[in-house]
Amino acid sequence: MAEASAQQDVIAAPAGVRTRSRWQDFVRTFFSNRLAVVGLVVLSLFILMAIFAPLIAPYDPLAQDLEGKFAGPSLEHPFGQDELGRDILSRVIYGARISLTAGLAAVALATVVGTIIGLLAGYFGGYTDSGLMRLMDVILAFPSILLAIIIVSVLGPSLANAMLAIGIVFIPQIARVVRSAVISVRERDYIEAERALGASNSQIIVSGILPNSMAPLIVQATLTLATAILDIAALSFLGLGAQAPTPEWGAMLTDAFKSGFGVFVEGQHALIFPGIAIALAVLSVNFVGDGLRDALDPRRRG
Amino acid sequence: MLGVSIVVFCMVRAIPGDPAQIMLGQTATEAQVAEVRNRLGLDEPLPVQYLVFLKGAVRGDLGDSIVTGRPVVNELLVRLPATLELTGFAMIIAILVGVPVGVISAVRQYSVLDKVASTTALTGISMPIFWLAMILIVIFGVNLELLPFPGRLGPTTAITSITGLVLVDSLLTLNFAGFWDGLLHLIMPAIALGTIPMAVIMRMTRSSMLEVMGEDYVRTARAKGVAPWRVVFKHSLRNAMLPTVTVIGLSAGLLMGGSIITETIFSWPGVGQIAYESVNRRDYAMIQGVVLYGAALFVFINLAVDVLYAVLDPRVRL
Repeated sequence: MAEASAQQDVIAAPAGVRTRSRWQDFVRTFFSNRLAVVGLVVLSLFILMAIFAPLIAPYDPLAQDLEGKFAGPSLEHPFGQDELGRDILSRVIYGARISLTAGLAAVALATVVGTIIGLLAGYFGGYTDSGLMRLMDVILAFPSILLAIIIVSVLGPSLANAMLAIGIVFIPQIARVVRSAVISVRERDYIEAERALGASNSQIIVSGILPNSMAPLIVQATLTLATAILDIAALSFLGLGAQAPTPEWGAMLTDAFKSGFGVFVEGQHALIFPGIAIALAVLSVNFVGDGLRDALDPRRRG
Repeated sequence: MLGVSIVVFCMVRAIPGDPAQIMLGQTATEAQVAEVRNRLGLDEPLPVQYLVFLKGAVRGDLGDSIVTGRPVVNELLVRLPATLELTGFAMIIAILVGVPVGVISAVRQYSVLDKVASTTALTGISMPIFWLAMILIVIFGVNLELLPFPGRLGPTTAITSITGLVLVDSLLTLNFAGFWDGLLHLIMPAIALGTIPMAVIMRMTRSSMLEVMGEDYVRTARAKGVAPWRVVFKHSLRNAMLPTVTVIGLSAGLLMGGSIITETIFSWPGVGQIAYESVNRRDYAMIQGVVLYGAALFVFINLAVDVLYAVLDPRVRL
């Protein structure tokens, strides 16, 4: 026991020198970035709004009131009513559930698959690397939204398929980031040490490579979330994502737009509020992503 | 490109719904459907269908539109000028605004202008393009009645078509009223389409300028008394342009996706609009043609970017 504690003393920093762990360092940098904190707060509000939607929303998001078509903002309906007289505020609140979950699901898919591909390609190199990366190049050869449109038309238009399509489209970006992180970590001494101690490939990947490649992955995944929310809204706008009457933000804009030219004259609020919700959500994710990048990856600060 | 063509072909064939059935409507008999399938070559095995498609594609023949019966290539060519005019104009706006603002932000880092520009750029990236388009229509088209929409020209304006580019044609025929009308129609869709590339270009110009301006040779130039503007434009900007050019090439993809949405909202008769329509009508040949055209254009533009790289940076060899 005495020996063990003596050893720890040697490793611990000399008294008087203040040391900060990587975590403390990260927290400090992140929270000194005002925009990142604002983004985090707004994003948290959106998440709370999504979780407690049934409690907050003043009306049923699907309840129609045809006499209130395009009624402007009022005390009863702060955001006004849409083309079928539905309460826009309630639909925006419920929309947070759908739009955020859809974005998260797409990014989760892209992150899991992309990470596996990036790890394999970066760690094993050689034919595995060139084969997998060639495959990624084929996906990247398409403008992303065009590819997503084809995938959805193959699978049939629905929100789930839109999430799947956007997820697939973003796999190469994640895979590339992970691969280059893995390559820079692969030759480090501590990986060599693990190998010398007889660790298997999978052990080295899980315990040595992956944790040390996390920083760029987290940053990329966050920034991808912003794009994913936008692209899913865009697919919904093209009629390939969420279908009416689902209160998804992009679909709300589509439904209002498709109701005819009158929406530009009398239903302007039906176009403005769902769009603000999308822009705010995406903007806050972008702020958080930029803050994370500055805090986790000092080289790419800018 | 071959890989892309196989992927496109397989995916388009996997789209559910029988085009022969769609062409004839629900009332068609089995025999009629079978006859049409035979005429379109849809009853052949898939590899045979692919080879037929590939043989045509190499000769510039992408087959006939299943819905209109006209050759896909013709349909694309008719609509290409409208899209080129729109995307070209959007790109010009994006570069003309994005690069200078990016340079100024970098030179005056942390100034008010830099902060405003950076925040605006981030907001620009965060806005859905279809929402931006609708808001532009609401503000400038409906409320202020400043800009006309939809389409490329007002109902009373007529111009002689030579190249298919409204602005060029009207100038060639000295039709200045037509030029003005075309320009006004172009502004809103071009801004809607150009905002995201503009923001992307600005951010990249700023960060690569910042990086370059920290280099030794820039410090040397400053130290030996080179005029500040010369340091910025000659020593820094030329080197900072490399990543910016890459981003401009990649923005072409953004523009293509964006043009589908923008053209749909503004009833702009271009390739993007036909892409949207053909997906909705399950027009295999048309979708195939549009996507292949998009991917080919994308590959070509990024090839052009590589060439430009070699021009800008003598160290890069092709």
